[in-house]
Amino acid sequence: MSAAPAATAHALELDALEVAYRVRGQWRRVLRGVSLQIAEGESYGLVGESGCGKSTAAFAALRYLPRNGRVSSGGIRVAGEDLLAMSDADVRRLRATKVSMVYQNPTSALNPAIRIGEQVAEVFTIQGSSEDEAGDRAREMLEKVQISDPAGVMRRYPHQLSGGMNQRVIIAMALAKDPALLILDEPTTGLDATVESEVLDLVAAMRKEFSSSVLFISHSLEVIARMCDRVGVLYAGRVVEEGPVGEVFDNPRHPYAVGLLRCIPRGGARKDKGRLDTIPGFLPGLGAELAGCVFADRCGLVQDICREKEPDLLDVGNDHTSRCHFHEKAQSLPRVESPAPVKSEAADGDGTPILLTRNMRKTFHQDGHDVRAVEDLTLELGEGETLGLVGESGSGKTTLARLLLGLTEPDEGSIVELDGRQLAGKISKRDREQVRAVQIVFQNPDAALNRRFSIHRIIARALTMLVGTKGTAMESRLQDLAHSVRFDVRLIRQRPAQLSGGLKQRVAIARAFAGEPRVVVCDEPTSALDVSVQAAILNLLAELQAEKGTAYLFISHDLGVVRYLSDRIAVLYLGRLMELGDAETVFGPPQHPYTEALLSAVPQADGKPRPRIRLEGEIPSHADPPSGCVFHTRCPRYIGDICRDEEPELKEVEPGHHWRCHYSAEELRELQQTAPPQREESAP
Amino acid sequence: MSTASVDTGLPAPAAPAGDAERAAQRERFALLRSSKTFLVGAGILGIFVICAIFGEALAPDDPYATNPLNDLAAPSSDHWFGTDRVGRDVFSRVIVGARDILVVAPAATLLGTVIGTALGLITGYYRGAVDDVVSRVIDAFLAIPVVILGILAITALGPSNLTVIIVIGVVFAPVIARTVRAAVLQEREMEYVAAAQLRNEKAPYVMFAEILPNVMGPVMVEFTVRLGYAVFTVATLSFLGFGIQPPAPDWGVQVYEHYGLISGGYWWPVLFPALAIGILVIAVNMIADGIAKAFER
Repeated sequence: MSAAPAATAHALELDALEVAYRVRGQWRRVLRGVSLQIAEGESYGLVGESGCGKSTAAFAALRYLPRNGRVSSGGIRVAGEDLLAMSDADVRRLRATKVSMVYQNPTSALNPAIRIGEQVAEVFTIQGSSEDEAGDRAREMLEKVQISDPAGVMRRYPHQLSGGMNQRVIIAMALAKDPALLILDEPTTGLDATVESEVLDLVAAMRKEFSSSVLFISHSLEVIARMCDRVGVLYAGRVVEEGPVGEVFDNPRHPYAVGLLRCIPRGGARKDKGRLDTIPGFLPGLGAELAGCVFADRCGLVQDICREKEPDLLDVGNDHTSRCHFHEKAQSLPRVESPAPVKSEAADGDGTPILLTRNMRKTFHQDGHDVRAVEDLTLELGEGETLGLVGESGSGKTTLARLLLGLTEPDEGSIVELDGRQLAGKISKRDREQVRAVQIVFQNPDAALNRRFSIHRIIARALTMLVGTKGTAMESRLQDLAHSVRFDVRLIRQRPAQLSGGLKQRVAIARAFAGEPRVVVCDEPTSALDVSVQAAILNLLAELQAEKGTAYLFISHDLGVVRYLSDRIAVLYLGRLMELGDAETVFGPPQHPYTEALLSAVPQADGKPRPRIRLEGEIPSHADPPSGCVFHTRCPRYIGDICRDEEPELKEVEPGHHWRCHYSAEELRELQQTAPPQREESAP
Repeated sequence: MSTASVDTGLPAPAAPAGDAERAAQRERFALLRSSKTFLVGAGILGIFVICAIFGEALAPDDPYATNPLNDLAAPSSDHWFGTDRVGRDVFSRVIVGARDILVVAPAATLLGTVIGTALGLITGYYRGAVDDVVSRVIDAFLAIPVVILGILAITALGPSNLTVIIVIGVVFAPVIARTVRAAVLQEREMEYVAAAQLRNEKAPYVMFAEILPNVMGPVMVEFTVRLGYAVFTVATLSFLGFGIQPPAPDWGVQVYEHYGLISGGYWWPVLFPALAIGILVIAVNMIADGIAKAFER
């Protein structure tokens, strides 16, 4: 046992922590002297892009490194106890009683073969409760995390619960031992915006109740801004800036933080108002030897001294520190992208739709049930237009995309037309012109690019099959294509695994554009990417559209991203179109109540609170959708029986603005000046 | 937290093509080289291969030469493993006996792997009706015992090494098909397959050019595992008289010819070929283990 903790011990104290991983026989530095303190009851956010060492810091704090990892030097103290001096048994005891960790993927953090009740109760039996007592306390704990039917949930298995529900259970387990320190590693990354919002609310409420100290790890600046008191910005294993959340986000003093904040499309940023800024270059390699400032290679303000001497952590006032020689100039970081808006060279369409669907329906047959994934959808896509498609997961966005592409065959009677000609439901029945006209950029480039093929082969094959070019003509087209997606042709012989996520996505975009498509479906093309890379990809998509006049169907759960790129927006719920209109119209009042709720769930990087509308309960089942308006079970503006009994038509409430709601535009405009009341009774 | 895949966000500098693949290949070989199981297995197999190639040159006696005057002689310095019931040198016969089995077993496994992989790709890729029909046929095949199939084939095709290869290949194919099908089912959900369909690729291209390279890992593992079984199956068929035919110095045949004499105390013509079978099977399985470990990333 270590010495008794001092009265004013920090919940977590990392002191010049160095962690290295052994990769291919060499030790590579991952954390380069990370120091931070989390005071009792404080919520500390660690933010940074993937590969900068966030998760390693979290694991190291519990001395829980993979087998090839080691703490090379430095100190870790949890609630005053020195972890590095402890025996393994003591570390396990500490993990069992004083610290909790919540991981990113809730379903894999729970044992799929054990009922929820037993898993939660285990936390208490470990602490010495009898089985009955543990069961009671488990139920109490589940109630605390706002699970409405704790007894029922306890009898179920993890796969019978939604992701958000599982994450609640895990948070209940994490808080059950009343930990001195709670570590949350990207706890909401895999969740829908509405669910994310609920889980974050819950964490905030629980933190108050249990007054735990929190280490909150996220790549999302918005989430950190909402959840934390202080924030540390991690880059290449080094904390480059640290301070109170408001200070750091409003007055960033390190060029990396400045750059990161500029990458996010926020505050109504739109492609016609200006490009997003990006951060050029790449994170230094794992364990690279860096003589000076870790950010020097990517910094627009770099001077000779930056490459020679690493800056100390400089106090810039207000409890705010920055590791930059020129921190007072950080905000004058030159923009990488010209702020000029993306000008469309291709003439804007004359409004005739190039792709349209009428009465699109898709029914899946599952275990004897009919699951209606898409219900009577009618949409038009004009030339050079971006139609944003939003909705929670399960709303039918991706199914719709697959239907348009012909990867999934729609029900009888559904119509897809390209330039006025009807398209076959199956891709194999479409001719080459039709196939090349509608293409897609998938969400995950790792799955979308064959890992056994070189980049050259991937793009060349697309050109051969879609355009029919061969030999030198093909090679020169390939060069042009690579150039137009800003892909360095020197990397053309590489395989996907050798490229970064952003470069892989550029290859996927090049492939989609190989056949000069009329329409490109973008299915969450940036959600697997870091924000700085996301900004570059969004810029690229906007530029390609301006150049070639391609229409986009842009699917994303990130409303800021959708707003940046879209001209019009369609909101889907349970496979039905709930609202359709110009982007700015949809984003402002009056809005369909569902859109209103979706928007209120979006955390903002400026951290300004806005009244949040909580959607009660889970998305209803497609197999058994609610009667009347399908949204009535969760609607914050529920009127009464009419919503339950009568399905509203999709009506034009303003010119070009449609929605499916019994309210009129004037009524909702009036109502939406104030937040909706919490619904007391949930509709049957 | 994986190690090699920590995304540094850094593109490798313009390296020659296939560099990563070669690095992965190198890593796999390094893993194999450091695996004692694999090395011991490979060593033993190597000895058997040498026996198979240089059989007569290594054997102290002619494995076919009978000597009625010296039948069933116990192991001695003249005949290390003794002599069999017609006076042939058991040691020489064990050495030369490696040849047939080391041709027949790998050939049969290869045939089974090729057929099985093709079936697995087709059923996994098409799913639906094609999968249902082919899978039921496969199930039916799996229900037939090897021996029955052996008898049928011998009757129909006549006894020969080729018959054994076909029988074992056909019996193994369904098993391999199942494993490959499972891998393909996972692989076909990857979006590169949808991307191929969005270029109007024909199904054979998607299956054999796009998917096959990505399921080669399981195919390799399945091949080595099946090879062990094949050695045993060849020996079994020979023992039952449906496999390699006398007077070839096959191990299974030798056991068959002499197992009745064990009760008379003549254990050597049975034990040594049986040991050879056992050691070869174990060696192949050790290699299979090593390869399986190297391929599971």
